[in-house]
Amino acid sequence: MSDALLDIAGLSCAYGQSDVLWDIDLLLPRGKVMALIGRNGVGKTTLLHAIMGTRPAKTGRILFDGTDISALPPHKRAKAGVGFVPQGRHIFPQLTVMENLETGLSASGDRSNTKHGIPQHIFDLFPKLYDIRNRAGGFLSGGEQQQLAIGRALAGRPTLLLLDEPTEGIQPNVVQQIEAALVHVRDTLGMTILLVEQYLDFVWRFADNYSAMQNGRILQQGRIADAPASDVAHFIQI
Amino acid sequence: MDATLFLNQLFNGFSVASLYLLASLGLALSFGLMRVINMAHGEMLMLGGYLAWMTLLVVPGAAGIILAIPVAFVGAAAMGGLIQSTLIRRLSARPLDTLLATWGVSLILQQGARDLFGAVGVEVRAPDWLSGSIALAGVTIPSARIFIIAVAVLVLGSLALLLLRSRIGLLVRAVNQDRMMAAATGIDVKRVDFTIFCLGAGIAGLAGVMLALLGPVTPNVGQSYIIPAFLVVVMGGLGSIVGTTAAAAILGLFSALAQIFVDVSVAQMLLLVFVVLFIQVRPQGVIAVRTRALDV
Repeated sequence: MSDALLDIAGLSCAYGQSDVLWDIDLLLPRGKVMALIGRNGVGKTTLLHAIMGTRPAKTGRILFDGTDISALPPHKRAKAGVGFVPQGRHIFPQLTVMENLETGLSASGDRSNTKHGIPQHIFDLFPKLYDIRNRAGGFLSGGEQQQLAIGRALAGRPTLLLLDEPTEGIQPNVVQQIEAALVHVRDTLGMTILLVEQYLDFVWRFADNYSAMQNGRILQQGRIADAPASDVAHFIQI
Repeated sequence: MDATLFLNQLFNGFSVASLYLLASLGLALSFGLMRVINMAHGEMLMLGGYLAWMTLLVVPGAAGIILAIPVAFVGAAAMGGLIQSTLIRRLSARPLDTLLATWGVSLILQQGARDLFGAVGVEVRAPDWLSGSIALAGVTIPSARIFIIAVAVLVLGSLALLLLRSRIGLLVRAVNQDRMMAAATGIDVKRVDFTIFCLGAGIAGLAGVMLALLGPVTPNVGQSYIIPAFLVVVMGGLGSIVGTTAAAAILGLFSALAQIFVDVSVAQMLLLVFVVLFIQVRPQGVIAVRTRALDV
């Protein structure tokens, strides 16, 4: 088995007649953080959905941990170890915080203690979630929802975490908290992370590698350590 | 106005509401989850009615009626499962085709019943304890109607427990609120769809047993209940169980109380007018869901 946790080759995706991803090749080394950067509408979110299986791919194959998952429905990919924190967070609005976390247990396959069997480290990471555990998801602030979305993904015990714009629309002091939590997830859980993010300062502190996208293709890839953020800023600026 | 007549109709209203509720819960559940309309839902009632009749042929008397309830539930649920897995699942991306295809299924099932059991209805003989009546404050209440109300309350209570307290209920609510995210958290959404569809069909089968207590079971008995059931689902807010219950109560009481002043067919017309006006004022139905998550 190679040391790549995720190995994508020739992936294409379309919305109806219009192609949005062309021939994507992407290698995610185990235990590393890869940042996908690029302007709005270049296909970053679509790529995450194609990996999760919530958006069908037209062509290409996705090897996850050595097995081809490209024909699997999303719930089987989740069970295989793909965790998803989507853009807009997608918290179940009428479920409580606790219930939102419990849905995440579906992926872990751990049915021994499904009622409130939430791993303690999630509450250690986000103590706030325990305090508001009985509140409906739809009434949380953006920052609380983001913490819940990350906690819900972690409840499934993933080996790969897909994070779509975790700092989007969140007030600055909460961004710091989320960043600290993600650093913790990266370092103590050894999680492999594919991150979509526009906030380059955060990307340069957090990620190991980057892939810059434009018009549905990956144009440039590299190690964060080798490139100053200014080298890729033109992929984001309008 | 005569107080006895009013009380009588009030009670009738609740029993009609109970039937509407049992007939529409399945529709509301599957519409809420899958956004598909099953035109063959009425035939699940019909199937339940015939299954009750057949059960009573084998086991007559009180035990038969009690036995008929699980038989009709399981039979209708199995038929629902068959329709869902062979037809609705494959057409799920095309709601209009689902409408047409399930209408076809409805016609096939009606004709099938006509060929098997004849065009004339079959009569279920209710056991003695259900064919009597109870006098209460000058009002005579048929026992069968009390039984129907009790069954509806029991079904509603069990369903609420299932949805709010069980693991499968949690999964159903998650799929209902955000299908994409539910799949991404590891929930097998197609299996949840299938389970709920079977459950909804089973409840309709149960409603069929109740219909059989009130009158003959005919091949098109489902047709006379499917329209009010659709009205209930629309008025209830498309898929909300609380809304469906409230709408069933409102419409059941409305139609029974209207019959104090006008005859049955005018009452039916007034019912339609009432729903149309209600939807004009409150297009979102009795229960509307509003949280800030929806405006993300």
